[in-house]
Amino acid sequence: MATDAQVFPASEPARWTYLDKIRTRPGPFTNRDLFEGKNVAENMEKMKVLVIGAGGLGCEILKNLSMSGFKDIHVIDMDTIDLSNLNRQFLFRHADVGKSKAEVAANFVMKRVKGVKITPHNCMIQDFDEDFYMQFQFVVCGLDSIEARRWINATLVNMVDEEIEDSYKPLIDGGTEGFKGQARVILPTVTSCIECQLDMHAPRAAVPLCTLASIPRQPEHCIEWAHVIAWENEKPFPKLDNDDPAHINWLYQKALLRAMEFNISGVTYSLTQGVVKNIIPAIAATNSVIAAACCNEALKIASNCAPCLGFPDNNYMMYSGNDSIYTYTFKHEKKDDCPVCGNLARELAVDPAWTLQELIDSFAARPEAQLKKPSVRAEGRTLYMQFPPSLEQQTRPNLEKKLTDLGLEQGQEIGVTDPAFATVSFKFKLKFTKKT
Amino acid sequence: MTEIVMSQTPPILHGPSEKERKYDRQLRLWAASGQAALESANILLVNSGAGTVGVETLKNLVLPGIGRSAIYDDETVTEADLGVNFFLEESSLGKSRSQNLTELLLELNPEVQGSWYPNEDIKSLESLLSSPSVFTVILYTNPIKPEYLSLLESYSQKHKTPLVAIHSAGFYSYFQINLPGAFPIVDTHPDETATTDLRLLAPWPELVGFAKDLTRDIDNLSDFEHGHLPYVVILLHYLEKWKADHGGSCPSTYKEKTEFRSIVQKAARTDNAEGGEENFDEAAAAVLKTLVVPSLPSGLKEVFEYEHAEPAEQKSGFWLIADAVKKFYEKHQSLPLPGKVPDMKAQSKVYIQLQNIYKAKARQDAAEILETVQATPGGEDIDPAEVDLFCKNAAFVKLINATGGKIKRADRLKEVAAQEAVSDEMAEMTLQPLSLLPIYLALQPTAHVSSGDKISADGILEGVAKLVPGAEENERVVQAAHEVARAEGGELHNVAALVGGMVAQELIKIVTKQYIPIDNTCVFDGINSRTQVLRL
Repeated sequence: MATDAQVFPASEPARWTYLDKIRTRPGPFTNRDLFEGKNVAENMEKMKVLVIGAGGLGCEILKNLSMSGFKDIHVIDMDTIDLSNLNRQFLFRHADVGKSKAEVAANFVMKRVKGVKITPHNCMIQDFDEDFYMQFQFVVCGLDSIEARRWINATLVNMVDEEIEDSYKPLIDGGTEGFKGQARVILPTVTSCIECQLDMHAPRAAVPLCTLASIPRQPEHCIEWAHVIAWENEKPFPKLDNDDPAHINWLYQKALLRAMEFNISGVTYSLTQGVVKNIIPAIAATNSVIAAACCNEALKIASNCAPCLGFPDNNYMMYSGNDSIYTYTFKHEKKDDCPVCGNLARELAVDPAWTLQELIDSFAARPEAQLKKPSVRAEGRTLYMQFPPSLEQQTRPNLEKKLTDLGLEQGQEIGVTDPAFATVSFKFKLKFTKKT
Repeated sequence: MTEIVMSQTPPILHGPSEKERKYDRQLRLWAASGQAALESANILLVNSGAGTVGVETLKNLVLPGIGRSAIYDDETVTEADLGVNFFLEESSLGKSRSQNLTELLLELNPEVQGSWYPNEDIKSLESLLSSPSVFTVILYTNPIKPEYLSLLESYSQKHKTPLVAIHSAGFYSYFQINLPGAFPIVDTHPDETATTDLRLLAPWPELVGFAKDLTRDIDNLSDFEHGHLPYVVILLHYLEKWKADHGGSCPSTYKEKTEFRSIVQKAARTDNAEGGEENFDEAAAAVLKTLVVPSLPSGLKEVFEYEHAEPAEQKSGFWLIADAVKKFYEKHQSLPLPGKVPDMKAQSKVYIQLQNIYKAKARQDAAEILETVQATPGGEDIDPAEVDLFCKNAAFVKLINATGGKIKRADRLKEVAAQEAVSDEMAEMTLQPLSLLPIYLALQPTAHVSSGDKISADGILEGVAKLVPGAEENERVVQAAHEVARAEGGELHNVAALVGGMVAQELIKIVTKQYIPIDNTCVFDGINSRTQVLRL
């Protein structure tokens, strides 16, 4: 029986006694075809793993991986420490405010946990190429940006070479908001990917400009008016800096005056800051849950001591702590028309009477696209290119033209690219919502 | 008018304080009132075993600024501790575990006060529990010495202190919250979308008058005015017409409602520049959601029907207000109006007027309830703000642990085991996940074993047989027993951190009396990454 099985410690038997009992011995759910107890601890010590983000989730992830027997960890984060991080990013102290998150976090964990090496990268993930990402066994993401997730996802999917087993880099991703969060495991090209799941994270609906300009009803409308319209008209400072209290204060005062004019109550400094910076509430407890759920999967992937998410069924755990505790662990299906990991074009409902400009604007709001600077081609023809300036200028007249006047037809395939995801060409198939 | 308003100077800005900036991301969840409750809480952890899950819980409470934390732990730090507990370091080896944990935890937040035991003055758990310091919540981790558990249980009973048990071994864990009585929550933070209560089927005279004024000449309104009628007004207008054609009754069946919806949709003007009207789209979309005869929500029903175990309980603010709301409900057949109007397409002035009509009615309802409360003995000093909050949230008020302690836990466990077995048999048909009770059962027999002792799967199954006879034969229980045995009482850091996060969330909910805590046991399965809440 499992309890009699031998333990196979690596370099520090006494220290990892609890961990080794689990990771080096099979249990009733261990897949014996994959599991080789005597190599586990040693292999894990040699593995190179990458953590993206050294914030609320990242601090927890670095702690958890170090306490799970990983010894060679890299971490990427371009941010510096802010006072508002200290309620949850527990590797940082008041004296660290203003310093690099990646560096402070790496130094703290190395000092605390003997024998672990953490290499900080104080830069953007886009600064590295495929060769850099190829050196890791897997990637754990604790990010607050959908765009960065989509970028690393597309990069890892692109790196897959069917002939080379080592080119499949599992991506473990966590995210939180208030008392809620999710943890998911992606095996590029095998399971559903971040892009397949994009519509589960729909962007917040934008308030129509005419509401902001002439018929505000909510405090948020007054703040958005100050942010979008008043700032542009008055330019009180050369460039809006969301982190500068003087700038937020200017917006707050403007919003407050507008609210008074329309008898709207509820504009506060805190709400102004929340709307302008799109602040998502965050607490230590939820980060602890989600980061640990991710690292628990990392341990299982690295050791095979128990089945992990993604093999073969469930790949996604949703967690909610608002009303009791509720988790939903399920299989998110891979999509054949996923622009990153699928090979079919995705249907795109469009009004044929639209101009190309209207089509281009619509990409930002569509939950399944969320592209801010799209360029469009159809059947080898360039319809509109955002870059370089010469091509932009050349294609700009097309923006005014109707889709049908550009020769686009029902069922036609178009290719869309966006500088945020340079390696991806999003394929769409036009589906006209009205008769032409 | 505009000039006069614009010349007013807004209040001078008092920017957020340093503390508000540090806690900004959590204040958006539980506000200053929740933070104040957290800062006045005093929490005790009685730590034993591998000793990590309780410490991970404390980490998540020290960071947001809990008032005081205390750790009682008899152990000295061993090398195995350094491989599982992040809040110990090389120099801690051989020293008091409670002292070293406390020191490294307190580094996280200088505003938190901490103490550790046993120390020179307080040498035992018994003397700690008889000291004047009164704890808000007590946590303990398994495996715990039986004599410690009975000390904690009697303290909890005497001081009415919530007592939380946590057990984490390998991939498995559970925690159990023992509340000292029924635990009501008013500030439950329901989803925004669930809270819309417009009373379109029973509008009051001011609302009816407002809608009539705006729609009296609906066909001759300009396109702008017509396209900016609030959907509430649109629906009230066409409901009046419907009633006139249907002997005074509102659409009630699904068929009638869809018919009504298409009447509303067809009333939109399409010959305008936009080729349609957004406000009519909103009105049509709101038909099925808003034309519903209100029923008493289950949470509130439980409050209304609750029988007090102790007469003293009845005199608390919550129960006095709940009684007044019950009387209000019996008299009016409706709850006090929450008074919130969702955003909808409308002109600013019209929307604000509509908002004020709802607010005025909500204030009127709350005033009636306050009057009833104040007329009740003991209700004279109730804070009107407490009544307002109750009225705003009446439909979402929740009672946890309503039947607490009435059935013995041992009997309850057998009952739940039988229920779970039945639902597992149908799981394939109902597509429901399998019960996690086997994990709880397999952990129970190791609740008092110290981490050094080995317990075999067979030993665990013998223990299970005593708790729920027959369960030891269940294949999933047998598997769970083997999985527990594999850990030999050791913790995995990830599972400890995960469960420590969940327990901290629950304690925050209990201390702030916001959001809804579990009732009362949560089991975590780290092999399948799943939880289940069971009432045991």
